Amino acid sequence: MSNRDFALPKLSLRFFPIWQRHWLVWKKIAAPSILGHLADPVIYMLGLGYGLGSLLPTMGGMSYMAFLAAGTVCYSTMNSASFEALYSGFARMHEQRTWEAILNTPVSLDDVVLSEILWAATKSLMSGAAVLAVIWVLGLSHSLMSLWMIPLALLIGLAFASLGLIMTALAPAYDFFMYYFTLVITPMMLLCGVFFPVTQLPESMQAVAGVLPLTHAIDLARPLMGGAIPPQALLHIAVLLAYTLVAFYVSLVLFRRRLSR
Amino acid sequence: MNVVIRASGLQKSYGGQRVVDGLDLSIGKGECFGLLGPNGAGKTTTLRMLLGLIAPDAGTAMLLDLPVPQAAREARIRVGVVPQMDNLDPDFTVAENLLVYGRYFGLHDSEIEARIPALLEFASLTNKRNAKVPTLSGGMKRRLTLARALVNDPDVIFLDEPTTGLDPQARHLIWQRLRELTQQGKTLLLTTHFMDEAERLCHRLAVMDNGKLISQGSPRELIEQNIEPQVVEVFGETSGQWAGEHAAGYSQRFEVSGESVFCYVNDAQPLVAHLQGQSALRYLHRPANLEDVFLKLTGREMRE
Repeated sequence: MSNRDFALPKLSLRFFPIWQRHWLVWKKIAAPSILGHLADPVIYMLGLGYGLGSLLPTMGGMSYMAFLAAGTVCYSTMNSASFEALYSGFARMHEQRTWEAILNTPVSLDDVVLSEILWAATKSLMSGAAVLAVIWVLGLSHSLMSLWMIPLALLIGLAFASLGLIMTALAPAYDFFMYYFTLVITPMMLLCGVFFPVTQLPESMQAVAGVLPLTHAIDLARPLMGGAIPPQALLHIAVLLAYTLVAFYVSLVLFRRRLSR
Repeated sequence: MNVVIRASGLQKSYGGQRVVDGLDLSIGKGECFGLLGPNGAGKTTTLRMLLGLIAPDAGTAMLLDLPVPQAAREARIRVGVVPQMDNLDPDFTVAENLLVYGRYFGLHDSEIEARIPALLEFASLTNKRNAKVPTLSGGMKRRLTLARALVNDPDVIFLDEPTTGLDPQARHLIWQRLRELTQQGKTLLLTTHFMDEAERLCHRLAVMDNGKLISQGSPRELIEQNIEPQVVEVFGETSGQWAGEHAAGYSQRFEVSGESVFCYVNDAQPLVAHLQGQSALRYLHRPANLEDVFLKLTGREMRE
């Protein structure tokens, strides 16, 4: 590994034609893709919301369904970015050699990695917006403040795309991603306040949940959906941005190493 | 001569193994230059360093008067690359592949659209414009890859084994197109291990082995410098025994490979006359070619 591998990212607008490429591919499979964004989270939300919600009193001062709605936007956003950065990113880097083709042009690896992150965040944005639309139609959120969920979905997407790309940079094959989903994504879904408040957990587990990015995303989302300004909003935004920037840099260093052969 | 690609003392090691070892090279404008060598000789690593995709451990490289990898981005604006393995976009049509690739060079859509008909014509893919990549044959994919490498109208084209895996018809069409590019004044740097390809296309060749250039020159010079002008191949079950008794007496140099004996000679007449009296042996008398040079320089043992 050389010092060049550790250089700070050199970003440019040259990422944009790559983002356009991903968009053109997506447009060809838009229908199943949108269905995929919607089906899983909406079924979770409705199934648990009606099934479990009828047994529960209010949670955090709102109906269980409304409580779940904010969590659902966040975790479906997390999932979209993660799947895109891991499986689709790996396909483009390794299987289809799309990156290799692009790197032969006047586009650098830094631009390619940036485009992956922005594209995965775009998928998050689409997924978050789709779930939000269902929530509005079901009348689970009435506040215009919930429109802030859209930029939040982008921010969550950036953080999880960057984290996911670290795995992509390390992966020898697709199987490797099971570790990440089993050991990182699923625990976050269950511990970070999607289905119940983090305060229900024992203190030691609360401490763990407190450093995980999804907790901060949900701490922003739930008040916004209910029409309130989130307490400590700047802190939560800063944590998500920090995850994004650090993970982007780490993944870039790892990609430079991997592709310098 | 206007030098377009220059390497001096290029060196690259992977995991303690030196893959490219002090390589000097200079390629002039309009030349078709061939890099020959067995698998693992360091050809692809050399190309990647000259393109500025990887940094050498030592030495310097210039591409179109720009130092690489430092100014690789600027240099690659005027370079086209045909990679060893196809990396076309499988989700796109033929025309979409060209459009999307042209954008990476900062070209406007209208500019690329205007070039697409000529590129398709060049690649003989005009009637496949809207076909998806997975429906194309191997030869068509290769031609599309070549057309894609020309989307920015490059001055220099790098081709890494451009005809590997193609049938003879497809190879001949690619050769014809590469000759047209040379006639247009473009500089071509290609790697290959097909000697007939190198002999037909290249003005100059370099043979590479174990990371070093071991000989370079025009195809004719390589043959003249490295090998006797005539070859007599002797076949038959008793060829090994015959070689032990007679080959040294009739040839400057000979090699036994299985049941074949390759005799390299300056004058084939005495050997041919002798072989006419050997009813158990068959023989073939031919002029020496590049493959003989290649095998002499890099040995007959299998690689990898």
